[in-house]
Amino acid sequence: MSSRLGRGQRSTPALFIAPFFLLFIAVMIVPIGYAIWMSLFREESSGLGFGGSHTVFTGLGNYTRALGDSVFRDSFLHVALYCLVYIPLMVGGALALALLVDSAMARAKKFFQLAYFLPHAVPGMIAAIIWVYLYTPSLSPITQFLKTFGTSWDFLGNDAVLFSMANAAAWQWIGYNMVIFYAALQAVPRETLEAALVDGAGHFRTAVAVKLPMIRSSVVLTMLFTAVGAIQLFTEPEILRAKAPSLAPEWSPTMYIYQAAFSKHDYGTAAAASLMLAVLGALLSFVITKFGNRWKEA
Amino acid sequence: MSSTDTRTRSAASGAVEKDPQPSVRATRSRTTRSGGGATATSFSSRAAVNTVLVIMALYTLMPLTWLLFAATKDNSDLFAHPGFELGDFNLFSNLDRLFSYDHGIFATWLGNSMLYSVVGAAASAFISLLAGYAFDKYVFPLKNKLYAVVLLGILVPSTVVSLPMYLMASKVGLVNTYWAVLIPGLVNPFGVYLARVFSEGYVPGETLEAARMDGASEIRLFRSISLPMMAPAFMTIFLFSFTGSWNNFFLPLVMLNDSSKYPVTLGIYNWNQTVSQYPEFYQLVITGSLISVIPLAIAFLGLQRYWRSGLTAGAVK
Repeated sequence: MSSRLGRGQRSTPALFIAPFFLLFIAVMIVPIGYAIWMSLFREESSGLGFGGSHTVFTGLGNYTRALGDSVFRDSFLHVALYCLVYIPLMVGGALALALLVDSAMARAKKFFQLAYFLPHAVPGMIAAIIWVYLYTPSLSPITQFLKTFGTSWDFLGNDAVLFSMANAAAWQWIGYNMVIFYAALQAVPRETLEAALVDGAGHFRTAVAVKLPMIRSSVVLTMLFTAVGAIQLFTEPEILRAKAPSLAPEWSPTMYIYQAAFSKHDYGTAAAASLMLAVLGALLSFVITKFGNRWKEA
Repeated sequence: MSSTDTRTRSAASGAVEKDPQPSVRATRSRTTRSGGGATATSFSSRAAVNTVLVIMALYTLMPLTWLLFAATKDNSDLFAHPGFELGDFNLFSNLDRLFSYDHGIFATWLGNSMLYSVVGAAASAFISLLAGYAFDKYVFPLKNKLYAVVLLGILVPSTVVSLPMYLMASKVGLVNTYWAVLIPGLVNPFGVYLARVFSEGYVPGETLEAARMDGASEIRLFRSISLPMMAPAFMTIFLFSFTGSWNNFFLPLVMLNDSSKYPVTLGIYNWNQTVSQYPEFYQLVITGSLISVIPLAIAFLGLQRYWRSGLTAGAVK
C-alpha cells in the first residue's frame, strides 16, 4: 500500500501472518507430508505373531493394494453415482430457488430465505439422524402421508437409498447455496434487467438468458465446493447404514479410510487411500474450474 | 469427512476469486426491482412461483417441525402416534430424562461443544483477521504466493489431514484431550479470505496513513483503529467458525474416546448407535437433537446481518 514503509512496517506483516501460517503448517502441511510418508510403509508382524511388528518400506505397495481391493474401487463408484445425483440436485435446486425468490413475482422474500437457510443450523450428523428417523416407517410422517394416497415408498431400499442420502445432504445445504446465489443476483445491474424486459423478454427468459450468465462465477465456485464436499461423503451413509442393509461399512472412500485406520489399524493403506481421494478432489477441482472458465468466457 | 466442515470453511461461493472487490458487494436494495415487471405478470404465474416457494419452505421446515412434535412424546407414543399425531405431552419429562441420564452427561457435552465452538471460533476469527488484514494492508515478499496457498487450503479435503493428524497427536500425547479438537479448528483459510475482503472494505488506507504520521506504531494502529473498524468482520468470521466447530463430527470422532470430552454431536451419535438394541434411546436422541439445534438456530436468527454479509462477500467476486 504505502510507499513509505519504515523498518517497523516491514516486520509487522510477518508478525501478523505468523500465527495463521504456523498453525497452517502444523495442521495442514505437516499432516499432508506425514500422510505421504506413511503411505510408503507398512507394518508387518514379525514371523510368529509374537514380538510385535516392524515397519517396512513398500514404495507404492499400499497404493496398488488399495487399488487392487474391489471394495475400495466400489467405494469410488458409489461416490461417483452420489455426485451425479447430488451435485445437479443441489446446484440446480439452489439456483432455481434463488431465481424464483429474486423474481419480481415472489412475495415474503426475507421469510423464504430464512426458511431455506434454517436447516443449515442443524449439524450434519443430527440432520442425518433426523432424516433416518423420517425414513423409518414406524416413526415417519412421510410414510403416513403417502399411505393416505394409497402408495408407499421404501426410502431405505437398495435403489432408493442413494437418493435418500442425497436428500438429507441437500436439505442441509440448499438454503445456504441459495442465499449465495441470491446475493450474487442482487448485484446484477438493474438497468440490464429493465432493458431485457423492455426488449420483450419474459421473466423466464430474463432469468435464464440474462441473470444466470451474470452470476456464473458464483455457480462455478458453488459447484466446486459442493463437489469437494461430496467426495468426502461420510456422515450420511454412516448414519443410514444402521437401517439400510445395502450400505456396507466401507461404502464410501472416507468410510473405507476410517475402517482401514481405526478397525484394521492399517495406517499405510489408509494414508494411501486418503491421498488418492485428495488427488481425485484436485482433479475434480481442476476440471470444474477449467470448464467454468470456458463457460465464463463463452 | 463430515462433508459439513470443508464446505463450511469454504462457505461462500465466490471465495476463490483472486482480487476481491468489496465495493461491488451487493448494495442494491431488495426493493428496487420489485415493482419492475410486476404489471406485466399474470396472476397465474405469480401464483405458480409462490406455490413452489411455499412447497420448498414446507420441505425445509418439516423435519424440524417433526423433531419438535416428536420431542413432546414419550417413547411408546413415538411409535403409537407416529408423524405429526400428538401423544401425551411429555416434553418436560423428556428434558428431565435427557439432562439426568448418565449423571447429566448431556449437559457436559453441551458445555464441551460450547467450549470448542466459542473459544475455538473466537481465537480462529482473531488469527484470520490478523492474517487477512496483513494481506490487504501490507506489501511483503512472497505475498501473492502465500495468499495462493491460503486459497488452496480452502479446498484441501479434511479427510486427508485427519488421519495423519490423529497419529501426530497420539505421538505427542494430545489424543483424547480438548486440544486435539481445538487446535485444528483454529485454522480457517476461508476466514483469512473474508478478513482480506472486509479489511479492503472497512479500513481506509488514508486513516492508517494519518495515524502513522502522528507516530503510532503498527501494532497500535491495528489495535486502536483497524480492529474496531473490523468488528463486523470479526463477528462474521466468528459465526462461520462457530458453525464449523459446532457441526464438526469427524475430527472429534477420530480424536476422542473419553465420553466426558465429547461434543454434543458425537455424544448423540453414540446414543443413536444403540437405538436398535435399546429403543428407549430414541427419545434421548430426539430430544437431544432438538436441544443441540437451538444454539445455532438462535445465532442464525439473531445474527442474520453477519452471515448474510459473509455469504455476500463470497458471492460477488
